[in-house]
Amino acid sequence: MKHHLFWPVTLLALLLLFNLLYDPSFFSIKIRDGRLYGSLIDILNFGAPLMLVAIGMTLVIATKGIDLSVGSIVAITGAMACMTISKGTDQNSLGLVAMAVIMALGLSLLLGLWNGFLVAGIGIQPIIATLILMVAGRGIAQLITNGQIITLNSGNYKYIGAGDLFRLPFSIFIVAVVFGAAVLLTRRTAIGMFIESVGNKPVASRLAGIRAKSVMIAAYLFCGLCAGIAGLILSSNVSSADGNNAGLWYELDAILAVVIGGTSLNGGRFYLAGTVIGALIIQTLTTTIYVINVSPEITLVVKAFVVLVVCLIQSESFRQAIVSRWKTRRYPAEKETTRHA
Amino acid sequence: MKAVKRKGLALVALAVMLFSAACSGNSGANPPASNGGGASSSSTTETTKAPEGKKITLGFSQVGAESGWRTANTQSIQDSAKEAGYDLKFSDAQQKQENQIKAIRTFIQQKVDVIAFSPVVESGWDTVLKEAKDAGIPVILTDRAVDSTDTSLYETFIGSDFVEEGRRAGTWLVEQFKDATEDVNIVELQGTTGSAPANDRKSGFDEIISSNPKLKVIASQTGDFTRAKGKEVMQAFLKANPDIDVLYAHNDDMALGAIQAIEAAGLKPGEDIIIISVDGVKDGFIAASEGKINFIVECNPLLGPQLMEAVQAVVDGKEIEKRIVTEEGVFTSEDAKRELPNRKY
Repeated sequence: MKHHLFWPVTLLALLLLFNLLYDPSFFSIKIRDGRLYGSLIDILNFGAPLMLVAIGMTLVIATKGIDLSVGSIVAITGAMACMTISKGTDQNSLGLVAMAVIMALGLSLLLGLWNGFLVAGIGIQPIIATLILMVAGRGIAQLITNGQIITLNSGNYKYIGAGDLFRLPFSIFIVAVVFGAAVLLTRRTAIGMFIESVGNKPVASRLAGIRAKSVMIAAYLFCGLCAGIAGLILSSNVSSADGNNAGLWYELDAILAVVIGGTSLNGGRFYLAGTVIGALIIQTLTTTIYVINVSPEITLVVKAFVVLVVCLIQSESFRQAIVSRWKTRRYPAEKETTRHA
Repeated sequence: MKAVKRKGLALVALAVMLFSAACSGNSGANPPASNGGGASSSSTTETTKAPEGKKITLGFSQVGAESGWRTANTQSIQDSAKEAGYDLKFSDAQQKQENQIKAIRTFIQQKVDVIAFSPVVESGWDTVLKEAKDAGIPVILTDRAVDSTDTSLYETFIGSDFVEEGRRAGTWLVEQFKDATEDVNIVELQGTTGSAPANDRKSGFDEIISSNPKLKVIASQTGDFTRAKGKEVMQAFLKANPDIDVLYAHNDDMALGAIQAIEAAGLKPGEDIIIISVDGVKDGFIAASEGKINFIVECNPLLGPQLMEAVQAVVDGKEIEKRIVTEEGVFTSEDAKRELPNRKY
């Protein structure tokens, strides 16, 4: 039995190897204006929001749920933060930015709570419960922005998604903190076991004394918060809020990242590190497609093909089928020769 | 248990009602409120005959609100419909063709007098347009064209000539680099794949720059008309191609995203990399006045008044031209600096 990270890491390495062969400058990292500069840094920076959303999604999926509303939450929090800052007199004031961030994150928690309430409180199927916010969320984001793209001129807000700390993009540190917190909470306390147990069998968990509903609500809360932070990073990266396009299809990329990372959609087991690798695979693939200049008409086909291959390789039974086919070839003529030999 | 379930159902129903109420509230001018009194059920049937003095009902399906340009376009149409005293049924397709087809079918059912829409993509409209034709409702295209061969399916197409916009961008570039001795490396940020402005702005540009073999498009990728994608793609371009001389972006928003990427790479937008962009929205104009965009080809979104004229003409049964082109200009950064205070959008 191989380590659960074996295949995700191998696939990421293969993608990077392809880039190395195609153009070695992919790996060159220079220092420019006091910060590291190169394709790899870009992947980390642009991949940060996806990693965050996927981390939250992992815990929700571990409870046998799913959250389709993360893309909309990304749009709403970005819109909320930018709207708050644009209304202020001094856009650059630290207090205003802090208030905007707190308000946006508070709103994302509220939205997460709404999802958790629908799923755990009322008992709606997760895919439908979160679909409500997925559909309504873009409308809410546009209500906040009045359908306009809000452009900011705030250096302090821009720092969240485009600033750098110790020569690395600041967003990476946010991901590191959230990832660290998630790992500590789930692997150093009993919460992780509770989540897995609820994902396996909610009723049995409840009978065993676990508050299944609270655990589920907590998972959706966390997922909402992660999406909220991702929304801040995305909108701050381009210093503008776009209610319509921010975080569009993020939920699908996030679910894909979780699955590539080895977490089962049936719930009951999850791998946070695998998820992060999965998100990196997706972002590397996107960047690769831009670099090798695939024509835009077939970009999605290329992406889909790679994802298909990745998923097939990930699948245990598919690998076994290939291997057993390879070992037991059924060509009558061949059997004949071996018998007579 | 049962009581809980019933309570849940009631809550869901309430939520659904709230959402649908919010949606219809969003569409602005709704018939019952603004139909000038009278029972709403009977008035909808009357509108089909459009008798003298009756309010004209215009169904308009917008692409979405993907950029500042689109917002200005929406605003212009809503304002001029109000001014003309039309009853406007506005629907936002959020960049999805299926939403737009649904909206047009709804307009047909509601028996509006005229349907106008900006197609999200060029192809796949024949069926729904034929349905409108069979229902006797004239259709006007705004801003974007359809590739249908049967031109009887719509009355007219009001909008910019995107090929011409691409040509103008190309002409300026050819003029700038007419004495170039070395290759000029151009990267292109295309609009949404398959959309008319992306296809046409590309083909018009390619047509003109092919006159000078030194001008080479070395990379071309879609940025979906958004800032975030524009930035991401430009950042990848900059890594893969160390020597970029010119950026041609199909809209201002992508150019604005790309400017951030260029600045992050330690280069000066407008100097180290010449930037050409199409649209002329406010933020684009501000960037141009700062010298960060060298040349903007305007694409005028304020076509509301022209649309209302066309609607009136169609309702009156007058012949109108199959193609109405909006008035537009081109701006260098000096022009932009001068014009900035007068810009409406």
